[in-house]
Amino acid sequence: MGMRKVAVVGAGMTKFVRRAQETPKELSWEAAHMALESCEMTMDDIEAVCLGTAPDAFDGVHLNGEYLSDGAGAWRKPYMRSYVGGGTGVFVPIQGWYHIASGLFDVVMVVAEEKMSSFYPHAQAAFLTIFDHTTERPLKPNLLWIFALEMNRYMTTYGISKADIAQVAVQHKRNAADHPCALLGDANITLDDILNSEVLAWPVQRFDVSPVSDGAVAVILAAEHIAKRITDKPVWIEGVGWTLDTAYWTNRDLAYPRYVEYAARMAYDMAGIKEPRKEIHIAEPYDPFDYKALHHLEGLQLADRGKAPELYSDGTASRTGNMPVCPSGGLLGVGNPIAAAGLMKIAELFWQLRGEAGARQVPGHPRRGLAQAWGDLMQVGTVVIMGR
Amino acid sequence: MQERVAIVGVGCTGFRSITPEQSYKEMVYEAAMRAYTDAGVDPRRDVESFVTVAEDFHEGTSIFDEYTPDQIGGALKPVHTITGDGLHGIATAYMLIRTGQFDIVAVEGHSKASNIKTMSEVTAYAQDPVLNRPLKLNSHFIAGLEMNRYLFETGTSQEQCAAVVVKNRYNALCNPVAPYGADLTIEDVLSGSMLSWPLRMRETAEHADGAILMVLASEDKASYLTDKPIWILGAGWNNDSAALENRDWAHAIYAEEAARMAYRQAGINNPLEAIDIAEIDDTYAYKELQALEALGFCREGEAGILTVEGFTSPDNDLPVNVSGGSLGMGNLLEANGLARAYEIVLQLRGEAGVRQVEDVNIGLAQSWRGVPSSSGAVLILAN
Repeated sequence: MGMRKVAVVGAGMTKFVRRAQETPKELSWEAAHMALESCEMTMDDIEAVCLGTAPDAFDGVHLNGEYLSDGAGAWRKPYMRSYVGGGTGVFVPIQGWYHIASGLFDVVMVVAEEKMSSFYPHAQAAFLTIFDHTTERPLKPNLLWIFALEMNRYMTTYGISKADIAQVAVQHKRNAADHPCALLGDANITLDDILNSEVLAWPVQRFDVSPVSDGAVAVILAAEHIAKRITDKPVWIEGVGWTLDTAYWTNRDLAYPRYVEYAARMAYDMAGIKEPRKEIHIAEPYDPFDYKALHHLEGLQLADRGKAPELYSDGTASRTGNMPVCPSGGLLGVGNPIAAAGLMKIAELFWQLRGEAGARQVPGHPRRGLAQAWGDLMQVGTVVIMGR
Repeated sequence: MQERVAIVGVGCTGFRSITPEQSYKEMVYEAAMRAYTDAGVDPRRDVESFVTVAEDFHEGTSIFDEYTPDQIGGALKPVHTITGDGLHGIATAYMLIRTGQFDIVAVEGHSKASNIKTMSEVTAYAQDPVLNRPLKLNSHFIAGLEMNRYLFETGTSQEQCAAVVVKNRYNALCNPVAPYGADLTIEDVLSGSMLSWPLRMRETAEHADGAILMVLASEDKASYLTDKPIWILGAGWNNDSAALENRDWAHAIYAEEAARMAYRQAGINNPLEAIDIAEIDDTYAYKELQALEALGFCREGEAGILTVEGFTSPDNDLPVNVSGGSLGMGNLLEANGLARAYEIVLQLRGEAGVRQVEDVNIGLAQSWRGVPSSSGAVLILAN
């Protein structure tokens, strides 16, 4: 028996902002409500809810999934929260996918919420608690620090310059200028702006990093027979993949994300994709740092190792190029409320493939897109391939 | 799509109030090796996906899923964490296999509760930060309120709740992995110290440490791997209101709805007739009675009477918590549901030793996520 087909039929998204006035529950409901409205459904049509949100420490709420449940519309419904750190945003639609593909449900709502501003003065401090309590925490590392290590390793291995990497930030922030929910869109930003920004932990500078943000995104998934009743333009989930590498990140080759490659291969197999560079028309790789977009494009087999910057310098990755990368503006431009940022990429593919992306629309009626997220201790890759 | 899924291997460490000589990773490794040996699988070669259940604040580590893959053999494989109970984890593995994408999936849950120095402060952090937390409500206080409402609306007595403690802790004496076995009387329970009236200290499960891992497989693989597959007939889970202000305090709606979902899948109309043995959440003694009613085993207000009459004792019509339940085995945090399902698997395989119940074919496991949640799951298993 073949697999049950699952489609995305609706999507909603709040503005991504630095400090939301809404509570985490309110943000969740705002996105959920917009997603329901987009496909003219109500909570009565939803059979189960899947929630994604990154560490409980941000909201400062234990059992954060339980706390958010009614905000996400899960009152008296089957409800689960899945969790793979930063990869959660692209994992939670996978969770929705297996809810439906299993045959247990026909319509599932997927909600991703993040409110990082509750953590005072800065969410970065919460990240101290992600490290091993014995071997790493005493060193007081933070994320900028370890990603500076990774970025340095990537640059050194392949001889990539800061300017090669900074063009990613320029393009994504320019793309985001067309996104109505974006926090850091800037149509006039230049390479010099990036390269002259404050150094945080060499080689990471302020504009190499996506902003801490608050926001929520929701999508509605439906089984084939329901999807065709809801919309003329369902966008199918054609492949999914996820891989979690060892927690001992210090033993890992930081120049190449093997876990992203494995996740991508699983998704390509499921989607029947043999030549991803030809068959993927839009890529939304995870870009919390500008070098990460390049790193991930290589892991996704969309560029040779060390060659991803060429996609940006030769225009392939631009919105009008052969394989637009992050036409949404990505995390660098739209913002990075962690789990919500990943699901934002799914919503972007939904809008792009339906031709509803407005000023951000990629020309040429793209047929297939890929979204990917990454997280934990440089450890997890999550991939979703969508097509119409 | 694969229709049928079975549990083909189980392993646990045994449960103790403190485990200073073992880290959580070592405990999980021990349980994992036992389960993989039981199932006859090599995790690196045969297990295709892994599901773990954990909560950051219980582990003392943010993004705890980072630390889950190594000790279960999951590195560089599809691993993810559910912040739910172990039964949510089993339901997830069940769905993963039913998609047809995976044939063998492992589910892990553990408790290292003895590491948590400030358990009451941690659990209080689960309350709404705006509306409830300023009131400084202790979690046991909320349970006391709920128990009071349950007793008031159903006419259940405090003695009937105490009878649950007597039964479960006595049952635990026959369970070699249960640390809290005891021969108590109803008077012993009622004369103990009060936590939050009418909830007593002895009606509250003490925490314990331990790990459990289970291996699930599709029908094809299950019949190849074992002579005693334990089939999943139904899995249900549900959330009632997260807010304390507008929930039904007397009834376990989440258990009722989760059971409805699981019974529908299993084709069960009359649970009392269909189910031979049950393992039910008893992290507080009154929860067992509340759940028995929600699961449709009896009418409202009858669970206490039936318990005092011995209806739920091991040698009677519906043996409930023959393992000793959480009162006897300890409150294992996210692993509670796995401990309930573990006992059902042993009983259905006929491997429960001195506490083996005769003629059991269908068993039910149920769990609750603890105060202040209104979230729970139900699993129905058959041999």
